[in-house]
Amino acid sequence: MSDFPAIHAHQFDDAAQQHEASWLGMWVFLATEVMFFGGMFLGYLLYRTTYPQAFASASNHLDLWLGTINTAVLICSSFTMALAVRAAQIGQKRPIIIFLVLTIVLGAVFLGIKFTEYHVKFEEHLVPGSAFAYDGPLGSSAEIFFSFYFAMTGMHALHMIIGLGLLTTLVVKTARGRFSVSYNTPVELVGLYWHFVDIVWIFLFPLLYLVGRHLR
Amino acid sequence: MNGPIEERRQHYLNVNYGLKSWLLTTDHKRIAWLYLIVVTFFFFVGGLFATLIRLELLTPQGDLVQAETYNKLFTMHGVTMIFFFLIPSIPAVLGNFLIPLMIGARDLAFPRLNLASWYIYILGGLFTLAAAAAGGVDTGWTFYTPYSSIYSNTHVALTVIGIFITGFSSILTGLNFIVTIHTMRAPGMTWFRLPLFVWAHYATSIIFILGTPVIAITLALVALERLFGLGIFNPELGGDPLLFQHLFWFYSHPAVYIMILPGMGVISELITCFSRKRVFGYDFIAFSSLAMFVSGQSVYASMIFSLLSMLVAIPSAIKVFNWTATLYKGSISFDAPMLYALGFIGLFTIGGLTGLFLATLGVDVHVHDTYFVIAHFHYIMVGSAVMAYLGGIHFWWPKMTGRKYPEPLARLAAVIIFLGFNLTFFPQFVLGYLGMPRRYHVYPPEFQVLNVMSTAGASILALGYVLPLAYLIWSLRYGAVAGMNAWKARGLEWQTPSPPPTDNFDVTPVVLQEAYAYDVDEPEVIYASEKAAHV
Repeated sequence: MSDFPAIHAHQFDDAAQQHEASWLGMWVFLATEVMFFGGMFLGYLLYRTTYPQAFASASNHLDLWLGTINTAVLICSSFTMALAVRAAQIGQKRPIIIFLVLTIVLGAVFLGIKFTEYHVKFEEHLVPGSAFAYDGPLGSSAEIFFSFYFAMTGMHALHMIIGLGLLTTLVVKTARGRFSVSYNTPVELVGLYWHFVDIVWIFLFPLLYLVGRHLR
Repeated sequence: MNGPIEERRQHYLNVNYGLKSWLLTTDHKRIAWLYLIVVTFFFFVGGLFATLIRLELLTPQGDLVQAETYNKLFTMHGVTMIFFFLIPSIPAVLGNFLIPLMIGARDLAFPRLNLASWYIYILGGLFTLAAAAAGGVDTGWTFYTPYSSIYSNTHVALTVIGIFITGFSSILTGLNFIVTIHTMRAPGMTWFRLPLFVWAHYATSIIFILGTPVIAITLALVALERLFGLGIFNPELGGDPLLFQHLFWFYSHPAVYIMILPGMGVISELITCFSRKRVFGYDFIAFSSLAMFVSGQSVYASMIFSLLSMLVAIPSAIKVFNWTATLYKGSISFDAPMLYALGFIGLFTIGGLTGLFLATLGVDVHVHDTYFVIAHFHYIMVGSAVMAYLGGIHFWWPKMTGRKYPEPLARLAAVIIFLGFNLTFFPQFVLGYLGMPRRYHVYPPEFQVLNVMSTAGASILALGYVLPLAYLIWSLRYGAVAGMNAWKARGLEWQTPSPPPTDNFDVTPVVLQEAYAYDVDEPEVIYASEKAAHV
């Protein structure tokens, strides 16, 4: 065995082929993810056009400030992720770890704020199910709004949690010196995944928090 | 025959032994075997449910099972056969084994992911089996809301979670195939030299990638609705059960092509090999695979079912015409795989043409939800897909095992299956036309004769399915040694020893011709080792 870590698996001819395959694999996976969230976006759009007033009224029950802060937090985390990828590409070990840890912290802050929001909704009886209570004539349609709110943000939060796990393994691998200028594909790929999860939120935030808010 | 040198040769089966070496393998050929075993298990589980259905329908009264039990039987028959047999059968077994061999790669791009998808499939299967053991599910395999989400008192959530999990196995397999076909083709293996089997799997993989996640999230929403009271499909809250149907069929209509496209890929290989002729209209077959994907997808986008069901007929017909044109003036031999292939063409044509009846609105009003529909899709899913699967298993058996199966028995089984199948399902066309509705455990006495015929056919069919199981297992030990190229076929997979070595090829092959060069006498002209090409 040489001193260098094994840079490509046995089924590949060379590192370039392995990189191309991993890269394509991640993009194909993201295409799947787009379709996965796409089913819920389609349902959301359908009911939004069917019950515009109920959706506008219900969206006023979401906390605009917390949502906005969370959007900012997530965009910052994408920025630190991009910096981590760059650090990996030029082979600087300490900056990779610093930026990855920053990304993890920002991701955890996002989840913490999200949890607070969920908790408030729970106390206000806005979680769909038998305990659901909503003032006003649009109650049942508002329950559909909150069904989408919890399904979509919940699925998004699940992706965040998986992302945090991936980032943690990257930190460990970086600390063990697994990555170099010539091999840093996992950092790039987790970066792609993280940006994707970020973009999903960029769509969720206006659809759930902003659009139709002025209609009350 | 079996010289000492041949005995010592290392291949993927004898490279190491023991349960662990199989359960932790990342070799695509061994993973294909893991799939083969479990897929076969689910095939016979689904067959057991079908047997009980046919026994109940032997008499007009509901004397064997109650209505509720009958509902559970046909639901679990559909769920098992569709999600756990038909969808994984050809891609996960034959595709897994053959795609790297056919394109000259050492393995799939992501071998560990390949093994993971098998475990995901097992996990999903366990959930569904647990649901069956706990008392079953009675919604029909389509899980229509609000019955599935609110009213059914059976184990919907457990079943749906099982299918959700299994979906990710399909997605990961599709992802693996797409990346492998894109990035790992051997030198000289250009896109238009790819065997049509590979093209078919490429199209199938795209459907896996784009369709499966939609049914995954849809079924997840049904599960959330049952478990936590979310109300997206609940009409009491103003939710729309029809939305479920649209999302469900966004996947399940293309899923018909998931089930049939890989089979068509198999048939293209069999027809060319046994008529010793280059396939007629390679480009047309390759592109008609992708066209099926397109016409399948947009059914939901535009809701013009009738027109698009008609359009699907065009790529299907292109394929049938090309196969028959390949047979024309070919030097045809009737080995068992070819019998399956010819059976496929006939049954697929019947299944396809009766599909046009259903796409014609005026006729559909008459035969909608009758046994005509049952017969139609069984001609496609059993008559075509299972025939193609069995044909493929027989054709590549010498490659997979290094052994030959007993040819006379295999031909007999193929004929038994063909006859048994037609006796089972042809009467159902008549029953449907006469007005017998699907999904009832009782029927008017005048339908009994045709139902008895159908049940008799099912018994013959069952014999036909048990026979290959028996002689194929027998041949593992007692079959004649097959040699490298049992059929004198021209595909790249036949240019490596049987069973292949773990890395598939001792030297990376350089491809000089497409896989259907039956006009060339010496296969050596088609492929060269890297060294030879450099000289």
